[in-house]
Amino acid sequence: MPFFEAVRLALSQIKVQKLKSFFTLLGVTISVMFLIAVVSIVEGMNKYIEDDFAGKWLGVNTFNVRRFPDINMDITEAEWRAWQRRPKITVDDALAIKLALPADANWAMQDVTWGRASSHFLSGGPQVLAQAVTADFFRIKNLDLARGRLFTEQEDAAGASVVVIGVEIAERYFPNLDPIGRELRINKFPFAVIGVLEKQGTVFGISLDRQVIAPFHSQMGRITNTRVNLYGIVVQAPGTQAYMGLQQTVREVMRKRHRLHPALPDDFVLESAASALSSWEKIRKYLVLAGMVLPAIGLVVGAIVIMNIMLVAVAERTFEIGIRKSLGAKRRDILAQFLVESMTLSAVGAMLGVALGAALAHVIAAVSPLPAHVALWSVVLSVVVGSGVGIIAGAYPASRASRLDPVVAMRAE
Amino acid sequence: MSVNAVESPSISSAERHAALGNAGAPPDPKWIIVTHGIKREYDMGGEIVRALRGVDIGIARNEYVAIMGPSGSGKSTLMNIIGCLDTPNAGEYWLNGKEVSKMSDDQLARVRNKEIGFVFQTFNLLPRATALHNVELPLVYAGVGSVERKRRAKEALARVQLEDRMDHRPNELSGGQRQRVAIARALVNEPSILLADEPTGNLDSATSTEIMKVFEGLSTQGQTVIMVTHEPDIAAHARRVVVLRDGLVSSDESQAEFRAKHGL
Repeated sequence: MPFFEAVRLALSQIKVQKLKSFFTLLGVTISVMFLIAVVSIVEGMNKYIEDDFAGKWLGVNTFNVRRFPDINMDITEAEWRAWQRRPKITVDDALAIKLALPADANWAMQDVTWGRASSHFLSGGPQVLAQAVTADFFRIKNLDLARGRLFTEQEDAAGASVVVIGVEIAERYFPNLDPIGRELRINKFPFAVIGVLEKQGTVFGISLDRQVIAPFHSQMGRITNTRVNLYGIVVQAPGTQAYMGLQQTVREVMRKRHRLHPALPDDFVLESAASALSSWEKIRKYLVLAGMVLPAIGLVVGAIVIMNIMLVAVAERTFEIGIRKSLGAKRRDILAQFLVESMTLSAVGAMLGVALGAALAHVIAAVSPLPAHVALWSVVLSVVVGSGVGIIAGAYPASRASRLDPVVAMRAE
Repeated sequence: MSVNAVESPSISSAERHAALGNAGAPPDPKWIIVTHGIKREYDMGGEIVRALRGVDIGIARNEYVAIMGPSGSGKSTLMNIIGCLDTPNAGEYWLNGKEVSKMSDDQLARVRNKEIGFVFQTFNLLPRATALHNVELPLVYAGVGSVERKRRAKEALARVQLEDRMDHRPNELSGGQRQRVAIARALVNEPSILLADEPTGNLDSATSTEIMKVFEGLSTQGQTVIMVTHEPDIAAHARRVVVLRDGLVSSDESQAEFRAKHGL
């Protein structure tokens, strides 16, 4: 019997017994729904980290010299305590690194804190991301202006009280006004707004449009750098090829300054998009695994249900099998009929699960900060595995059906 | 004396053997069915039931034969073996020049599909399928394409005057109509024999007569028809009546002889 014919037969069978089919499919549907939802969330986070975090926050061909990683996942209590004992990253470290760098590399000091902003028009509101940076920071992070200008190296050296602000700050503190030239206070210190950044979006739920960036040597440096430790020294290589060599140079400078014995590991990190991603990759693997193991258990249950239902179907349709055999159906025709039927049943369940799972992922994405991205591979995997479960679950019932004696089967009426 | 082996009621077993040819060799092509000493035993929970104890039958092409016998005579077993639904424990069965008694399940399925058109007492139509789809089924298993299948199924339904009922399901049809759908299904693959098992068993007498007319017409058109029945007045429609008793052929008579004997 042709495959298409068998599928048509199977679909009509499902249509005739809608409710029974629904309950049969429940196991497969729920498993697949869960798989799709989990994988979609994990993949959404992945896409987010790759695109937003690595791209927007860390920058291209860029690494940050830090005391310990900015994103850290699955670290132990002991590791955390060891990190706290590490020497602080200081302005002197930054200057030493700058001296060691070739002329075509970019370098910046970056310090970050949360602060309170106020203007003549509004005081209060949510905390703002206050950054004190040296002038090359804007070039390294590819921060473009919507209006106004950036501060210069001279302004930084002179400690000028100027600030570049995100669009959200501009709209909130200067409603319907041109903020350029106006005063914005950060933790009570006054700064003159000289530029407004283009819209940046968010990273980990932190709006990059709610940031203020002032010269490192201005008052902002005192606001941010309360514990001597620098948030990071940012180094950008001129290209991918120079990148590794530059990391080596910086590492050597830091090790020398910290007087590390060659046998000892680094007591600082060179955090890059790649290192951040590799840390994320570890966690992602566990999440995807969990997202697969639970549905796998569900699928086993689903398979047992399908097998039982198919056994019932074979028993109920013994007479039909007898008729088909009397009309010339071979064993493999009957086998194929029931296999295709259970495969179709299961595949329909899987597709239903894909739809529900994708919907669930989007609902979760809408009501929580978790992003969702339905990965094509998870859809294909679900439908293939779903169909496979149907074939495996249908194998025994179908083989029983195919071996029925037509004379005995036709007596079943 | 020239004896017609088939129609003579007084023929001896040895003579019948001679007419059918020897076991182990293909019979004369005029025979569509030849059996040599067919035996069939069942093991019913340790008790051996000997349903057939050595049956020799020859049925020529275009014959219209009734197989009669009381229940337990072995006529159902014989019909299952003739219909290739079952195989004998011993003996030979030649159908259309091929020995089918030792074929595998799938080979038998092929023979059923190509050579035999079944008509059953309970019609045995698929309840959820339309008349047209029921008639199409043997063609599905013969691997005929969908367009050709529909055309031939419609043609077969037209032969039994049911072309206007082809979209009806069995429960929307009368008993006689159902049996005509079954006949159309039996004929659709142009089988060597039409094999009917108590075809009128579930029908009233008027409808029975109607179905007998259909068989009569098919026989006149050259279709070999074999009918298993326990009713003498139905058997009397056939040109020849074979009676089984206790797993053996007890008589083999022409229509005239049979009618005379039963006063029909």
